[in-house]
Amino acid sequence: MMLPRFGGATSLAALSMLAALPALAAGPDLGQAQQQVTNYTAIGMFVAFVVATLFITYWAAKRTRSASDFYTAGGGITGFQNGLAIAGDYMSAASFLGISALVYASGYDGLIYSIGFLVGWPIIVTLMAERLRNLGKFTFADVVSYRLEQTPLRSLAASGTLVVVAFYLIAQMVGAGQLIKLLFGLEYWVAVVLVGVLMVLYVTFGGMLATTWVQIIKATLLLGGATLIAVLVLVRFGFDPTALFAKAIEVHPSHDAIMLPGKIVANPVEAISLGLALMFGTAGLPHILMRFFTVADAKEARKSVFWATTFIGYFYILTFIIGFGAITLVSTNPAYLTGPVGSGLRGGANMAAVWLAQAVGGDLLLGFISAVAFATILAVVSGLTLAGASAVSHDLYASVFRRGRVNERDELRVSKVTTLVLGVVAIVLGIAFEKQNIAFMVGLAFAIAASANFPVLFMSMYWRGLTTVGAVFGGWLGLVTAVTLTVLSPSIWVVVLGHPAGSAPFPFNAPALFSMPAAFIGCWLFSVLDRSARGRSEQAKFDAQYVRSQTGIGAEGAASH
Amino acid sequence: MSVDLVSRVKANPKFHELERKRNAFSWHLAALMLLIYGAFIYTVAFAKPFLATKVGEVVTLGFPIGLGVILSAIIITGWYVLRANGEYDQLTREIVEEAR
Repeated sequence: MMLPRFGGATSLAALSMLAALPALAAGPDLGQAQQQVTNYTAIGMFVAFVVATLFITYWAAKRTRSASDFYTAGGGITGFQNGLAIAGDYMSAASFLGISALVYASGYDGLIYSIGFLVGWPIIVTLMAERLRNLGKFTFADVVSYRLEQTPLRSLAASGTLVVVAFYLIAQMVGAGQLIKLLFGLEYWVAVVLVGVLMVLYVTFGGMLATTWVQIIKATLLLGGATLIAVLVLVRFGFDPTALFAKAIEVHPSHDAIMLPGKIVANPVEAISLGLALMFGTAGLPHILMRFFTVADAKEARKSVFWATTFIGYFYILTFIIGFGAITLVSTNPAYLTGPVGSGLRGGANMAAVWLAQAVGGDLLLGFISAVAFATILAVVSGLTLAGASAVSHDLYASVFRRGRVNERDELRVSKVTTLVLGVVAIVLGIAFEKQNIAFMVGLAFAIAASANFPVLFMSMYWRGLTTVGAVFGGWLGLVTAVTLTVLSPSIWVVVLGHPAGSAPFPFNAPALFSMPAAFIGCWLFSVLDRSARGRSEQAKFDAQYVRSQTGIGAEGAASH
Repeated sequence: MSVDLVSRVKANPKFHELERKRNAFSWHLAALMLLIYGAFIYTVAFAKPFLATKVGEVVTLGFPIGLGVILSAIIITGWYVLRANGEYDQLTREIVEEAR
């Protein structure tokens, strides 16, 4: 993504950064990375990670027999483990590299973004987690179609899922290719094929159990690595953060200004719209929602959110220290820069944390952090692929196409074939999009999750009046509005389609402030107008759904092994 | 779930106690988080001089406030989970037991 270099934060750069911001939570967009010399330490550590995770996949494959095993690891993941896995989904290579780079470039602004990513979690635990767990089985479509018509709602939810997964996956694949080219010195296409093949192996053989453990291991490595870097930075300043800040103010070209909010949130509409997409997009991301069904009950679901919030909050504090550490130790060392002190970072703006690892821990820590960054991408794409495959096999194939008359073996076969297809598609698109500007893709994925998936999910759990007609109109309205406004926004209209600057029909890069209300109003209006007998009976079924969502009576339990 | 079971649960005064208490608590906490975050973004956008106030030699007021928002997210989550997993789950267990 475009991050402003020192002193060069023009308003346009700030604007495009804002548009690219959700990418921080999801996938790196490192631009066109230069290939580096082959890094054998990093490759060695990464091979160790791959061997360990393939061993876990083998172990998980023996335990993955039923559909419930495949989609939700049999519901046997503990709250603590699930919390780590959710945190792992959230702490991508990009939030590690991207946020520390943002702190490196402009100091305090990095903290504002971290906070935006974090505050959605308390909302999820208080309003969503319990009802989701009590009502759902494998996918969030189970919840929205609980008392509504199966075919139209599962089609809507599966479309929302596949669109979100597709944009997210392309962004991850392209980011993976660039990152690996940069860190490991491998060819772009080799990196993309490697990621594609490994993710298909994890998901087809190990299902949710393997995917979860890959995510847990990676989250542990990432938290450990980031903690180590932060501690090694603080050691240099006698564990006195004030000394670190003082040194950073002294050497940073903006001096005192790094201790204050900068220009980034200059436009309040844009800031609020983006904040909405980040906050509620998280509550509509299919691969995150699916994790709520991997635990035994509502109690464990709540615990997972607590642990996830704690780890993510801790992680953002670490990236903040790392960013300031990089200002003092990386920006002052010409070995890491393209020219004399004051010029940009070698390999691009997102390399601040990576070079800091070498500055405080030598080649060994550099290799470790590079391997962790690769592992991170691998873990995130596996979760996405599993969510996409579940939408096809459980929602489209089993419920829409076969109308529920299907045995588990067929359903599982469809999900494994879909995983393979998604893997091939991801590799092909990853290579096709190598030289494209993909900064808008993850932003679009978050906006669609917040505007199509979240409103329907929320209304179906909270509002008795919602009918099939309302949910279908509202959901599609949110989806279409989010996509249309994104195409008409400067980040696609000007940057991708090449129209002159300032000619974009929609002036903001974040559509959620407009597309979310469109979805909610659509749901409400078309439900109210729906006077059909079917609508009445759907409203009447709300009581039973409400009692189950509150008490868990009749909820899917953990499978016994 | 049978209609009979649903009406039995809904008739239980404990169910009303649960939904009244828990719904109020969860909405209040969600509103509190939105309020804290909204106040923070408002300050960032419109009251920068306030955040620039020095506390100590180099650290500005923006830092403890930012850190406070992060901690508040963790505390709010923890507070809800503690109460829901204790008090509310106890009540839920009794309701489920009595509905049998």
